[in-house]
Amino acid sequence: MSPQPLLEVRNLRVEFPTRRGTLVAVDDVSFAIRRGEVLGVVGESGAGKSLTGMAIIGLLEPPGRIAAGEIRLDGERIDDLPAELMRRLRGRRIGAIFQDPLTSLNPLYTVGQQLTETILAHLPVSRQEARERAVALLVEVGIPAPEQRIDQYPHQFSGGMRQRVVIALALSAEPELIIADEPTTALDVSIQAQIIGLLKRLCRERSTAVMLVTHDMGVIAETADRVAVMYAGRLAEVGPVREVIHAPKHPYTVGLMGSIPKIAQTRNKLAQIDGAMPRLNAIPAGCAFHPRCPRQFARCTAERPDLLVAGASLAACWLHANDHER
Amino acid sequence: MNADRSSQHSLLVLEDIGRDFDVSKPWLNRVLEREPRRHLQAVDGLSLDIRRGETLALVGESGCGKSTVARLIVGLHAASRGRIAFDGVDLAGSRSHARNAQLRQRMQMIFQDPYASLNPRWRVARIIAEPLRAQQLLADRQAVRDRVGELLKQVGLAPEDGDRFPHEFSGGQRQRISIARALSSNPEFLVCDEPTSALDVSVQAQVLNLMRDLQQQLGLTYLFIAHNLAVVAYIASRVGVMYLGRLVELADASTLFTHPRHPYTSMLLDAIPDLEMSGRPRTPVAGEVPNPLNPPAGCAFHPRCPHANKRCKTERPILNAVGAGGRVACHAVEEGRLPA
Repeated sequence: MSPQPLLEVRNLRVEFPTRRGTLVAVDDVSFAIRRGEVLGVVGESGAGKSLTGMAIIGLLEPPGRIAAGEIRLDGERIDDLPAELMRRLRGRRIGAIFQDPLTSLNPLYTVGQQLTETILAHLPVSRQEARERAVALLVEVGIPAPEQRIDQYPHQFSGGMRQRVVIALALSAEPELIIADEPTTALDVSIQAQIIGLLKRLCRERSTAVMLVTHDMGVIAETADRVAVMYAGRLAEVGPVREVIHAPKHPYTVGLMGSIPKIAQTRNKLAQIDGAMPRLNAIPAGCAFHPRCPRQFARCTAERPDLLVAGASLAACWLHANDHER
Repeated sequence: MNADRSSQHSLLVLEDIGRDFDVSKPWLNRVLEREPRRHLQAVDGLSLDIRRGETLALVGESGCGKSTVARLIVGLHAASRGRIAFDGVDLAGSRSHARNAQLRQRMQMIFQDPYASLNPRWRVARIIAEPLRAQQLLADRQAVRDRVGELLKQVGLAPEDGDRFPHEFSGGQRQRISIARALSSNPEFLVCDEPTSALDVSVQAQVLNLMRDLQQQLGLTYLFIAHNLAVVAYIASRVGVMYLGRLVELADASTLFTHPRHPYTSMLLDAIPDLEMSGRPRTPVAGEVPNPLNPPAGCAFHPRCPHANKRCKTERPILNAVGAGGRVACHAVEEGRLPA
């Protein structure tokens, strides 16, 4: 394992200037991913998890912009690269997998054309070699009869098979980092299990780093090594997956884990976090979670907590401050 | 609630219902390309009974026909075959408008997407009062207003929220409004089609808890359509598993989740991500749901089934009774190759 993390995000802030003032969608987010590591990013809709991913691959939709902080890939800053350089980096060193496989594939080109074109754009190989590589990739992602299927169009594939093609596309230039944004959300459970297994195996074999953005804790439990929990654009908790799931440190994570129905325990009432996540134009002062927090005290309403050491994890919660600091 | 509501006899009976959809190409294409008409059997030979006060859940992957069943019951689709009886009255056979209206008042539906199922131009009070107006249940305006306020309180909102528009509410609050609308005509039976799958988990927990509380307070009967088995385990008393338009297993929720009998049920359970990270052994899931236009012969699940033999490929299994109140359509279970 190299000492330097592959991806390092420091104090990232993403803003959306609007007529009624600036909305801060991602606020002071810092994390790192090592080679071969899967970092799960969870949170509810509007928590800023997808935007963080988009900021890393430089695909923020205007007027959204990175207002502060830096993003480093293997030590080099990539957040301030010119568009042309960023375009070359995307696909080559950072691959992306999005939620809906139908919108990530061009319906007018065959799967083979899309794969070979991507390979040719990034790697110095001949057209023939690119095609062979494309077939090999389809084999690797588990598509039966790849020689025939490579000449078919996306609409001739089922949802699960399409997502396999999208994974093949993301892997085609052997990127060092993959940003997977809800890769299994549009799929049925039986297909979801297959896709998760596939993603895990491929990343292990190639020691690719993965940032897995999802709202599904189950998917995280199956796949991730570490988890970052986001709330209202901020990191609430970061820690090893076992730690976050079995011994959550932030009251929001505790509530989130309690609200997931589990097959083994159905008699008890589900724990619920009352209220809803604040809108971006009305994020409370202090800790953003304090109005919904069952354990809030005076300091929470006034002062915003940084990530504090809490066991093996880090949690942005004053409960974990040293006593004299409280 | 009154005594007969809590009695155990069936509130809704489905007998051998089926629904076909015509998916043929346009007439000219059929003539030029010499293609016959094509029909998709969305639901076929499905029999079920829903008892008063229980929550029956239908689960299955997309395209298995579970939502079609919901729509057949509330009358949004007409059944192609079979009989649907609500409280002893045949719904399909009854041509009397007045009687149908009376029956409809007793059953309501909650839809998946709370962004699409509420009229954005109506105030919440008007949305909730719509069933009252349509069925002329309350005569004067003040009575309607009071009832709407009461309903809003029942689902955890404030009576003042009635003056606002749907866009002012979050997804979970909108689903509460949908529930208030469904409850306004005092129904006994609610058909809930994926009511929480568009919601975040913490909001889902709020809505599921609310639905469970309302069921206890009002003695409601639910048909709950979902694809998330953990949600079903939480809310349902009995579960039916559907595959390609047919019921493959029906059992008490406690039995189904601890002793699944049909191989498809086991596969679905194995596919759920393991939140406990217990590392329990699981059989890897294989294959996908086949194209419903061209379903496999015999048991529709046989191409994906690890226990399939010759008989499974040719003969369609029927739903046999097993154990206490369970039913399963599987040759392997019937022949004793799999435990019943």
